[in-house]
Amino acid sequence: MIEFLQQLVNGLSQGAIYALIALGYTMVFGVLRFINFAHGDIYMIGAFAGFYSAPKLLALAGGGPSFAGAALVLVAAMALCAAAGVLIERVCYRPLRAQPRLTVLIAAIGVSLLLENGGQFAFGADPQAFPEIIADSAIDLPASWGEFSLLTITVGQVIVLGSTAVLLLALRAVVLHTRTGMAMRALSLNPLAASLMGVNTDAVVSFTFAVGSAMAGAAGILTAIQQPSIDPLMGINAGLKAFVAAVLGGIGNIPGAALGGVLIGILEALVVGYISPTYRDPIVFAVLIVVLLVRPSGLLGKPEREKV
Amino acid sequence: MSRPRTLLLAALALCAAGSVFSGSINPYYHDILIMIGINILLAASLNLIIGHTGQFSLGHAGFMAVGAYSSAWITIAWGASAGWLAYLSALFAGGVAAAAAGLAVGVPSLRLRGDYLAIVTLGFGEIIKGVIQNAEPLGAQRGLGGMAQHTNFFWTFACVALAIYGITTLVHSTYGSGFLAVRDDEIAAEAMGINTTKYKVLAFVIGAFVAGIAGGLYAHFKQFIHPEGFSFLRSVDIVVMVILGGMGSTAGVCLAAVVLTVLPEFLRSVSDYPWLPAPVRELAENRMILYSILIVVLMLTRPQGLFGKLDFGRKKP
Amino acid sequence: MNILELKRVTMQFGGLKCVSDLTLRVDANELVGLIGPNGAGKTTVFNLVTGVYRPSSGTIRFLGRNVAGRRPYQITGRGIARTFQNIRLFGSLSVFDNVRTACNMHLRHGISHALLRGRGFRAEEEEIRATVMGFLEVFELADLRGRPANSLAYGDQRRLEIVRALATRPKLLLLDEPAAGMNPSEKDRLMTLIRLTKEKFHLAILLVEHDMRVVMGICERIVVLDYGTKIAEGPPDEIRRDPRVIAAYLGEEAA
Ligand SMILES: Nc1ncnc2c1ncn2[C@@H]1O[C@H](COP(=O)(O)OP(=O)(O)O)[C@@H](O)[C@H]1O
Ligand SMILES: [Mg+2]
Repeated sequence: MIEFLQQLVNGLSQGAIYALIALGYTMVFGVLRFINFAHGDIYMIGAFAGFYSAPKLLALAGGGPSFAGAALVLVAAMALCAAAGVLIERVCYRPLRAQPRLTVLIAAIGVSLLLENGGQFAFGADPQAFPEIIADSAIDLPASWGEFSLLTITVGQVIVLGSTAVLLLALRAVVLHTRTGMAMRALSLNPLAASLMGVNTDAVVSFTFAVGSAMAGAAGILTAIQQPSIDPLMGINAGLKAFVAAVLGGIGNIPGAALGGVLIGILEALVVGYISPTYRDPIVFAVLIVVLLVRPSGLLGKPEREKV
Repeated sequence: MSRPRTLLLAALALCAAGSVFSGSINPYYHDILIMIGINILLAASLNLIIGHTGQFSLGHAGFMAVGAYSSAWITIAWGASAGWLAYLSALFAGGVAAAAAGLAVGVPSLRLRGDYLAIVTLGFGEIIKGVIQNAEPLGAQRGLGGMAQHTNFFWTFACVALAIYGITTLVHSTYGSGFLAVRDDEIAAEAMGINTTKYKVLAFVIGAFVAGIAGGLYAHFKQFIHPEGFSFLRSVDIVVMVILGGMGSTAGVCLAAVVLTVLPEFLRSVSDYPWLPAPVRELAENRMILYSILIVVLMLTRPQGLFGKLDFGRKKP
Repeated sequence: MNILELKRVTMQFGGLKCVSDLTLRVDANELVGLIGPNGAGKTTVFNLVTGVYRPSSGTIRFLGRNVAGRRPYQITGRGIARTFQNIRLFGSLSVFDNVRTACNMHLRHGISHALLRGRGFRAEEEEIRATVMGFLEVFELADLRGRPANSLAYGDQRRLEIVRALATRPKLLLLDEPAAGMNPSEKDRLMTLIRLTKEKFHLAILLVEHDMRVVMGICERIVVLDYGTKIAEGPPDEIRRDPRVIAAYLGEEAA
């Protein structure tokens, strides 16, 4: 029982990371109907942004690991990733908006390869130790919890879950209650009608890339707090899993991405805990395929029917 | 005798003639030639699925893996005494096994389209890789070695000639117009009495079969195969060949396969020339960066592919 | 003798009944008009008959056999062909190849023949070429045979859709607003062509069209739909004077 709960906790904190990255896939898909293949690498950029900025920002916050310092690093990484996302869209995707989606997809694959190879060139191919921006120790659970006090819950996990919850709520508020958020939803429902009603498509797309990339950047820092070893290829697997999460939840659907992320995280933890780590990826993909065969638009997605 | 069949025979004769000289080619160039042939097979077969039938697939390396491992397992089991007949049977069996995998992947294509299909095919590729990684008889994570080097210039390019002939003659026939109709408009295709289900699955089965053959050739060329060699990055490589070659243009896709096989080798050699200025050599050394920039720039400047509407000959109606 | 018979067919999307309780019949070699204001459910009827949708209730019989629930290609195989209101040609294929795809379903030779290219296969391909060219000539599209379909003028695209449907050799042809976007002289040519087609190929035709001159000019019988229900049926002269029909159309104009 405790072991099962422990796997759930571990899965949940990994799932939160996937959820944050999956948001970017799903939001971009919502407004542009295309898969931003390079999104996973933005997450890697976020981690490296933290790696290089942490020493200075920690010093600014009074030196040594601290909440304030970690928050600064997080914000810096999110800002840098937002800028990177907007830049990539502006330079590589926007000129191709009228082209078939496959063309943009290939361009995105090119950007992804560029970030990975350029990353290996600029940051070195070997894994680097991420600086300690906040002390990640196990929390002593009160003995009054009885059996449950045997669970291992780390400061890092609490921070990850807390930050993810805050970011998700903030995103929800933006999407539901701001003009830009409304424009975003309008664009994903009907691009033509939205632009006829005066929605500035370019601005909304830039905004979507900024927000999605910032979320991925945050995920990069939050991962690095828990597993302080980062490398330029770390975005491949995480990006793939987050993409699976977005599709599982119903791509284009924001709550679906969060749900999918959490489910994939927990599924992985259970497979690793009870079966074998080597079966992790095949089982994740098998579950995805089965779900899609039953629900072709994912768990929360709405089927799109072609008008004849 | 019709013209395409004459051309096929001529191509096969050329392969035989070429194989006489292939022994005297510098082994390094010889290896590149074989890899060109294998990549042409992969790109032309994926082009049938993506370019001609319009089903986006990101799992082609998985089919290649099935062919490579099945055929290797067979020739290893038959031992060193196995001759070229055994090798050919193993190649064929690998193709059939891959075709069976293609059938399994083709079925979801009936319910899913576009990006959903992409992720499912990618998933299938990863599942195939995952199963191999856990299969002890196939060497699991260590990889599989010990196959004899049966693959040579003749067999490789004979397969290339047969595959190009087969795919071209198929998509140019009335029978094969079903593939193109499915790509352009599924609903209209059904309204023309075309069983779109059959054509989608058929494209996956034939594409996978040829990729399986390519895998078998590869396994008996490198004599060592490893699951990581068939990851989704390998699938992406093949997709890039198809897109750069111009989807649906078999000739363009084959040319792209040649260019993209030779280019890295060319850049490798450039970095070896001491008389070139240092920045040029450094740039050439980071050929993967160049490759990725090339993809982005080409998509921005030539989204229809490198060569436009290049195609192997078809009579005007 | 009727060849198409819809009995009490209802089609519901969510809560909305787009076609309700429709009974409709088309006889062999008859040219029937299906008219009604926008959104009346005419295209939905076509989609039901051709198997794109499965009716919520009711039966659709073609040549005496139930077709509801069959796949569209199977229904085409039984002899129903259609055109689309929003043109759905195979845009990247040539005019010739667009028509050729319609010959796919009648092929005698399978995939192995296509690969081996034997004598029988080549003879059949030649036969198909001649058939396709014959169709293109009747519809004055032969000169455009090599052009990609999406590069054609609008009127030519509409005609090509009709040729393509005819090449499946149907017994019943469904035309969904074939005159849309044509100028008056093109419309005249189209009317002649529809009449000629019907006689030449011994077809029954169900025609959806907004242009009253075209409908009244060529249809033998007219069925009027409004909000998914049949409100009138009869020969053109009767329909022209029917107060319910006038009300339905006036209602649309007033709105
Ligand atoms: N797939 C569908 N889902 C929901 N509503 C539909 C669908 N297809 C048609 N409709 C609705 O059915 C009604 C009739 O449409 P249609 O048959 O296209 O009308 P017409 O061809 O007579 O103009 C319209 O209100 C349309 O919105
Ligand atoms: Mg209509």
